[in-house]
Amino acid sequence: MSSVATQRRKAAFGRFWTTYRHDRAGMAGLIILVFFVLVAILAPILIPDDALDVTKADGERFDGPSLAYPLGTDDSGRSLILLLAYGTRISLTVGIAATLVAMIIGTAVGIMAGHFRGPGSHVLVGATDWFLVIPFLPLAIVLATVLGPSTLNLIIVIGITSWAGTARLIRAQTLSIEERPYIERSKALGAGNWHQMTRHVLPNVLPLVLANTTLTVAIVILSETTLSFLGLGDPLAPSWGALLDRAFSSGAVSRGAWWFVLPPGICVVLVVLAFTLVGRALERILDPRGATA
Amino acid sequence: MSLLEFRDVTVDYASAEGPIPAVRGVTLLVERGEVLGIAGESGCGKSTLAATVLRLLPENAAIGGEMLLDDVDVLTMKWGKLRSVRWAEAAIVFQGALHALNPVQSIGDQIAEPIRLHKTAKDVDARVAQLLMQVGLPASRAKSYPHQLSGGQRQRVMIAMALACSPDLIVADEPTTALDVMVQAQVLDLLTGLVRDLGMGMVLISHDLGVLGTTCDRIAVMYAGQVVETGAALEIFDHPKHPYTKALAGAFPRVGDPAARYAPVGLPGDPPYPGDIPAGCAFHPRCPIAVDECTSASVALVDGVRCIRVGA
Amino acid sequence: MILSTRDLTVAFGPVRAVDGVDLDLGAGEILALVGESGCGKTTLARTLLGLEKPTAGTVSFEGRPLDYKRLKGYRRQVQLVLQDPLGALNPRHTVYDAVAEGLRIHRVPGDEQELVAQALSRAGLRPPERFFLRYPHELSGGQRQRVVIAGALVLEPRVLIADEPVSSLDASVRGEILSLLLRLRDELSLTVLVVTHDLGLAWNIADRVAVMYLGRIVECGPAADVLQSPEHPYTQALLSVVPDVGHTEQIVLSGEPPDPARIPSGCRFHPRCPVVMAECATTMLAVLSPDAGHHVACLRHR
Repeated sequence: MSSVATQRRKAAFGRFWTTYRHDRAGMAGLIILVFFVLVAILAPILIPDDALDVTKADGERFDGPSLAYPLGTDDSGRSLILLLAYGTRISLTVGIAATLVAMIIGTAVGIMAGHFRGPGSHVLVGATDWFLVIPFLPLAIVLATVLGPSTLNLIIVIGITSWAGTARLIRAQTLSIEERPYIERSKALGAGNWHQMTRHVLPNVLPLVLANTTLTVAIVILSETTLSFLGLGDPLAPSWGALLDRAFSSGAVSRGAWWFVLPPGICVVLVVLAFTLVGRALERILDPRGATA
Repeated sequence: MSLLEFRDVTVDYASAEGPIPAVRGVTLLVERGEVLGIAGESGCGKSTLAATVLRLLPENAAIGGEMLLDDVDVLTMKWGKLRSVRWAEAAIVFQGALHALNPVQSIGDQIAEPIRLHKTAKDVDARVAQLLMQVGLPASRAKSYPHQLSGGQRQRVMIAMALACSPDLIVADEPTTALDVMVQAQVLDLLTGLVRDLGMGMVLISHDLGVLGTTCDRIAVMYAGQVVETGAALEIFDHPKHPYTKALAGAFPRVGDPAARYAPVGLPGDPPYPGDIPAGCAFHPRCPIAVDECTSASVALVDGVRCIRVGA
Repeated sequence: MILSTRDLTVAFGPVRAVDGVDLDLGAGEILALVGESGCGKTTLARTLLGLEKPTAGTVSFEGRPLDYKRLKGYRRQVQLVLQDPLGALNPRHTVYDAVAEGLRIHRVPGDEQELVAQALSRAGLRPPERFFLRYPHELSGGQRQRVVIAGALVLEPRVLIADEPVSSLDASVRGEILSLLLRLRDELSLTVLVVTHDLGLAWNIADRVAVMYLGRIVECGPAADVLQSPEHPYTQALLSVVPDVGHTEQIVLSGEPPDPARIPSGCRFHPRCPVVMAECATTMLAVLSPDAGHHVACLRHR
């Protein structure tokens, strides 16, 4: 019986994929994403660690694009294109990890705030509002400074400052789902809070969570870029934001070394755009069915 | 000259899988001062038929046949004439009246809307007050908002709106569904009183044969887009001939009828989706007296009954 | 007595939805709780299920008052069938999951698949395997209601509380669900409390009828007695307006039931009563006795 259920799920996914394939914007975003993910995965395999080592850099400093260095060199003579490739790893890793943190906190808080009534829920709603109202950048800067510059801390900081939007959305959805008679039926059957939240609310909220996640990744990557640009990330990690920081602080702009300044920014734009396109496509496909359930 | 006449009306909805027949050839008459009841359940086409009276169907509906209002075919009317006919000659009280009211407008304004559009009265406020009194609501209620009224009161507002331009015909689509029995009785009393006093004609649509039996002069029973039985209301209620009518009548047992005690009457299966109508007699899969012939030949309406096993 | 209430009161702030009810449900009987919207019948049903807590009074199951801290065991014994079968089923759960949910919550031992098949079968969905993987939106209204009933039956409850079980179903489909309830009573000795505004339904399947008005039972007794020889003016009015050709004259009450936050003094029905007497406005009436006889809360029937 369970194999038939698995077959059904496969068929449902097949249908979803067919619909998604026809969404041009969504496909464009997906292709860009796949490209960057492949780069991120293959980078440590194809690129020698030496490429990051400042002491081993043997290119001319601020050298323009050439055959040996397709995107030129940075202020230490390292090949920029290899740095960018490595940067993909960091930006994507931080992006996805921080998003996971934000989504898990946000979904949990959202569902609990929507399900429970009483003082506990007031506290959760209050916390959500607080995090929504506080301006992101000052809070992130304070937290990052306090915790210290490292990639892990960056993930934590961004995760903590980004969950509130999701929580609010999920809470609203939870409240509307809880009006449905099948929640009452579940209670009448004897279900406790955990069962109701996980077996009934969560599956109905999940499509919204999924669409929201991809959009959150976009925001998170921008946040990471910003914080790294401000020098709050790991100074040794060549994330795109850090590259931009180096570019500005080492005077690449005044030297006209556009290959140092533009590519990291373009990469950020492309990845953020890709996630946004995919997220919106997911919303289009899942939302009409999902949000009305 | 009849007030309203359906002549072999058909309605097909266009869809990706081909045309879906919602109404498959309905011929009915309504005279002035008469109340015609249309009985049927979901998917039988009764609401679609009601909407054709004022051509209120969506873009993808293809209408065939003729629909004569005072001897003029509504279906081929020019747009301008149709707009002037709408509400001034025939009005509809919609199903789900509770949701058909605009929540952010006072009910006085909503009742005034058709009056203003058709310019049927000089003193709009006085007319609104008159209408409210006619439906049994105090005139002071004109300033209230829909959410401040009860279900029964909102239904009265819908009726007042329908009467606003003194139409000759009212089509009431399930006007008492979702209302309590007592409120239902009040609304039905109101409707029949108005028909009598104002000399209008009325088409009353409901799935409740009991309601129709007590308020209508004649009843037409619809199933899967066709009329399967028609006749005087009392006859249909007391002596239904078509097996579907019998089942429908049985679903509303008479309190006090010993035959109905511990013996609920129902049919197996469900009313068919308009896109999936069985061949031959549309009712045969659920019919207790179906025979082989019922599955092949389509059946004509003979002596008011569409069934080869009845009559003759 | 399987399920009993004594002096039950359920109030939401000033709104006294249930204002003093003594009720006894006997094993294997079908009781119809009738009344118009706002009379408190749904609140009473939900309180019997433990979904609402009484403001005063008690609910007892098999003689023992409910323990509101340990309701899970009670839930196995008293089950609910809701009005709207489409809303009552989670659209993302298959029929199998919907029926098995109760088994999983209570960790009932045994072969889950067999228990689910048996419940679906009892509810009239045969062969049950054919329905396991269907989703609610793929079923008809009647089938969905059967799934909801199967979900309740799978726990082998003693009592089924059905809140308007057929009002959202097509008229020609109602009969089969009502027949199912009768059959379950006969085969499984199930006790059924049906909450409804439809007196014809009560005539169809009820053994006893209790008529509620503004939070109190105003008349109760054997169905044949109450429905054919009603004594309370409200019951008489209700029965007179049930559409029925060739019936006696209708007693159409004016206005609507007053606000349960402002219950009239004395007999709560007196402002609308067609045969009201002077004393009706001042004399309080006692809560009706819960026994099986025909009882009326009316000064004219002392």
